[in-house]
Amino acid sequence: MSWSWRITWLYLALVLFLPLGALALKAAAVGPVQFWQLATTPEALATYRISFGLALLAALVNGVFGVVIAWALVRCQFPGRRLLDSLIDLPFALPTAVAGLALAAIYSTNGWLGAPLLALFGLKVSFTWLGVAIAMVFISLPFVVRSVEPVLEALEVDQEEAAWCLGASSRQTLLKVVLPQLMPAILAGVAQGYSRAVGEYGSVVMISSNVPFRDLITPTLIIQKLEEYDFASATVIGMVMLLFSLLSLMVINGLQVWGRNWEANPPQGV
Amino acid sequence: MRSWLRSMQRILPRPSAAHLIPLIACLYVGVIILLPALEVVAGAFAKGLAPFLENFQSEELRSAVLLTLRCTLIAVPANTIFGLAAATAIARRQFPGKALLLSVIDLPFSISPVVVGLMLVLLYSPTNGLLGGIVSSLGWQIIFSWPGMALATIIVTFPFMAREVIPLLEEEGWDQEEAARTLGASDWQVFWKVTLPSVRWAVLYGLILTTARALGEFGAVAVVSGNIAGQTQTLPLFVEDAYKQYDTELAYGAALVLAGVGLVSLLLKLFVEQMLGGLREGEPMG
Repeated sequence: MSWSWRITWLYLALVLFLPLGALALKAAAVGPVQFWQLATTPEALATYRISFGLALLAALVNGVFGVVIAWALVRCQFPGRRLLDSLIDLPFALPTAVAGLALAAIYSTNGWLGAPLLALFGLKVSFTWLGVAIAMVFISLPFVVRSVEPVLEALEVDQEEAAWCLGASSRQTLLKVVLPQLMPAILAGVAQGYSRAVGEYGSVVMISSNVPFRDLITPTLIIQKLEEYDFASATVIGMVMLLFSLLSLMVINGLQVWGRNWEANPPQGV
Repeated sequence: MRSWLRSMQRILPRPSAAHLIPLIACLYVGVIILLPALEVVAGAFAKGLAPFLENFQSEELRSAVLLTLRCTLIAVPANTIFGLAAATAIARRQFPGKALLLSVIDLPFSISPVVVGLMLVLLYSPTNGLLGGIVSSLGWQIIFSWPGMALATIIVTFPFMAREVIPLLEEEGWDQEEAARTLGASDWQVFWKVTLPSVRWAVLYGLILTTARALGEFGAVAVVSGNIAGQTQTLPLFVEDAYKQYDTELAYGAALVLAGVGLVSLLLKLFVEQMLGGLREGEPMG
């Protein structure tokens, strides 16, 4: 046993396994019947609908625009391309509290975008579920772009030209030749963005009014339960989120393996 | 007017997909990402430079900066040691469960920061924690205090270093180390003189990502801190608190400091990416 090997396991045990074990043991101690009751109270169910539903909406919106942005970065030449490329990483570099502050201000009723949206469409964004969705869009945008970019770069233009020569329209080329090859990367990016948006707290909590049944997300509910010293509820809802994280990790790994196999030997007929 | 339009049409190329795609991309990123970034700067200097600088006389802001630095200075070296140890232990060995172990190391990226904080509370809280009794009898305070916050920062940031260094070591192979060892170098000498220099850019890259995330971490730290102004408030928590107290200028002042740190980390990251020769280009930071 080498030193590095021992340090690795000791560190993982102290920093990861011990806290994970505490959550699992506390959740197990609640008992299955009460676990189910606490996990499915109307309040908790409402936060799942908001967190998991709005995160899905945000991930899908970014699924579409992420492909457009990746396409622009890889296939198009235009002034400001490098700036656009750097801006994509900003949601990771900007601390979430700062992002939340800025988004809440911009979309408030007298903000740069909030005021026109209210005047023209009567839409309120900050402190409603729309604001929560916007924060989730912000936080999950880079994933699809960064997942699709390398695949698009590796894609050979030959195939598209061949499809063209054989008489395919540009739409047919896009739908039948290009998109199917990008699909694993798009889905992996969407899944990563979705998982991140579901767990996001910092930016969402600042743009949400945090009212139960309206725009309260699951992570905020966990914090509220802790503040009320309702440790059992916090534990159970935290366990639900942890199980979701493990599931999404498996799905993302599966999608990435699928994508690698797809590249190695593309299915017939594509 | 007509003739002007017609001449413009002749000069400008007809709008096509080739123009539309960059345009849509720039508009979308402009609204979703660039506007919020500009808002931070505009908000911080809304009343000019002097009020912005005055913010830094706030005792609470200064203590928040110090606490943020303390958590970061604990988390970054600890995670660097772990990352290097894990990389040298895992990268060049083939063993059953290797893929699983790599996924386990990546786990903190998938877990909500709030759940990370919750796990620490359930482990160390003096009243409800699994080890609460032991911690109290030793006279330690972990939850609602800086050790818990430093620990939370460690958990959310430890995968960065390992995940940057492992792929590079896997590519490089063992030859140079074996040569050094045949020439009589000890394990320690091999690590310092051969292994570490060969991955120095990846280590620097990992350091930047770890530091940026550690300085800005919010959710995990918020749960364990108790958010006591002047005592257990980091800079990101300070931003939220000041904003909620309608102390907008103070919130923007602190936010601009954090945004500046984020921007510097982004620029450093671009620089190191060039140094890595585009090897890891385009990989998301999170």
